[in-house]
Amino acid sequence: MSRPRLGVFKFASCDGCQLTLLDCEDELLAIADAVDIANFPEASRRMEPGPYDVALVEGSITTPHDAERIQAIRAESAVLVTIGACATAGGIQALRNYADLDEYIAQVYATPGYIDSLATSTPIAAHVKVDLELRGCPIDKGQLLELLTALLHGRRPVLPTHSVCTDCKLAGNVCVTVARGEPCLGPVTHSGCGALCPGYHRGCFGCYGPRRNPNAPAMSEVLRSTGTTGEALQRAWQGFTTADPIFEAEVKRLQQESE
Amino acid sequence: MSERTIKVDYLARVEGEGALHLTWKDGKVDELALSIFEPPRFFEAFLRGREAIEAPDVTARICGICPVAYQMSACAAVEQAFGVELPEPLHQLRRLLYCGEWIESHVLHIAMLHAPDFFGMPDAMTLARSHKDEVVAALAAKKAGNAIVNMLGGREIHPINVKVGGFWRLPRPEEVDALRTELLAARPKLEAVVRWTGTFDFPELQRDQPFMALCPGDVYPFIEGPVRSTVGHCFEAADWRDHVVEEHVERSNALHARLDGGLYQVGPLARFALNFDQLPANLQQLAVDIGAAPPVRNPFRSILVRGIESLYAMDEALRILDTLDPATLRGEPAVSFTPRAGVGHGVSEAPRGVLYHRYEVDDDGLIVDADIVPPTAQNQLAIEADLWALADDLWQLDQETATLRAEQAIRNYDPCISCATHFLTLTKEAR
Repeated sequence: MSRPRLGVFKFASCDGCQLTLLDCEDELLAIADAVDIANFPEASRRMEPGPYDVALVEGSITTPHDAERIQAIRAESAVLVTIGACATAGGIQALRNYADLDEYIAQVYATPGYIDSLATSTPIAAHVKVDLELRGCPIDKGQLLELLTALLHGRRPVLPTHSVCTDCKLAGNVCVTVARGEPCLGPVTHSGCGALCPGYHRGCFGCYGPRRNPNAPAMSEVLRSTGTTGEALQRAWQGFTTADPIFEAEVKRLQQESE
Repeated sequence: MSERTIKVDYLARVEGEGALHLTWKDGKVDELALSIFEPPRFFEAFLRGREAIEAPDVTARICGICPVAYQMSACAAVEQAFGVELPEPLHQLRRLLYCGEWIESHVLHIAMLHAPDFFGMPDAMTLARSHKDEVVAALAAKKAGNAIVNMLGGREIHPINVKVGGFWRLPRPEEVDALRTELLAARPKLEAVVRWTGTFDFPELQRDQPFMALCPGDVYPFIEGPVRSTVGHCFEAADWRDHVVEEHVERSNALHARLDGGLYQVGPLARFALNFDQLPANLQQLAVDIGAAPPVRNPFRSILVRGIESLYAMDEALRILDTLDPATLRGEPAVSFTPRAGVGHGVSEAPRGVLYHRYEVDDDGLIVDADIVPPTAQNQLAIEADLWALADDLWQLDQETATLRAEQAIRNYDPCISCATHFLTLTKEAR
């Protein structure tokens, strides 16, 4: 059997999620043996055309050109996996969705006419069918290895959809909200990081996006009890996964409530 | 043949999306452009109205390869605005975190992004077939750098443990011990990799642009000023904008920076030239032995300087761990403060060169104005100048060799295009 062909593609992003693959220092050479890394520009000059058995897609769609490019990548990829908060939920750059883009461009660039950019930053799934997703800003190395191993063996990867709060209980962490009064999005946030922030005495800021079936309004009430109110409460939902529909809806609900 | 074009539509083994276009007519360069088509993300715009204490976490997302640099420059700027002074032990721990990022980022570049150029190979995975020991040793050294960031930052990419005023939690003694063991095991592997790069064949090129770097005079710099240059500059972060000015050009989504109107260079070669005296004697000697006596004026030899800096970072990390007072680890992880209105400037030495942040903050601790100047935006003109200087040599080479050489010259700077694009300056007209 020939080795599966892997493509790694970048859209608007920080490169951190694809770097996670190069950060697999102990496994990288074994991965390169098991998989034909046919297109991974950050790591290799060899950029071969599709079709690809697996495409890892990092970044969000923010330009007209990228909106076309993702269609072409989808067309030549059997399994398309989005990796990280930009690809799965628009990334921090989706804060532009709440603002006037022309004003943004004028704030950053002296000659706005040179810039070709869409008004919104949108997740990959808003443009093409996505087969699997890895959450996180950035993704977790262990989850990436689980994904690649599962795909190589023709099974679905095990990627739990419960909350960070559950992981925190399993890890035996003392609750940062109860014990320290820290605002924490752990109850509504998707598992995957191993409840990292609470382990460092810090509230979760939701970089894996929503867990399955979260109760966002109830979360807002708990955040209020820690003193996070008004616009600060809205900002708590406007982080690295702000274009996720559930987080976006909660911001809109809070905005309406305050009007 | 009097006309010719080198066109690289998508530069490989750099962070981010860029392209090169080089055209000769009648044997002379007609057009030379390093263009950056990485889509802009407008950090400086959406930072407005966010809390200043969010700046370290938000700006980390500009770059997944050097998030610690963004966190360090952001903290320095916000701490200055709030009048926060970091006690020495916490300052040392920030240096320790930065050591990890230098090792991780430098060794990534040395072994995986740059070394393949010296063998005409497409990538490090291919290089590992003929030089497995070296690539495996480099991966182990890189992993040790990541172990520092992981231990102190919580994770390698976008660490979560840095906050304005210090850290969220200080390491536990057993975490410190485990890290020391890992670094000691990786140290000889890293030195072997550095000595290996000393055996490479380096293309000839001599450049003379000014270097600019932090230069405290008593220590090799991570987060200590002032800024100095090889042409006599010496200024504090607060005076950055009096000297560094950026311009917007059509071919690039990144602004081009100039130092008092002229092109200049930041990064390992600049730090090395301005701070060589601060390196320990054994590393000074090793630098000379592998062909990197200061100042290194051939950009193709930058891989050697990254190696020396990686070893410095490894030894400095061990020194900090060895001198860590157990009482520090039992003490407060951060200085408390009350947000207040003000302006703060912060500089630090990202792996690719000095990184400047400025924040104007209101009474509520919200950001009114943000300004970020990343190293690659500063080096863009120097990269192009190197290509101009190489153009006659490239003309003599066959197409494939010339293309490879031009790419290699760009990779000499370890350009981070993601950074360059996301750090554009706010114009005054916007208000």
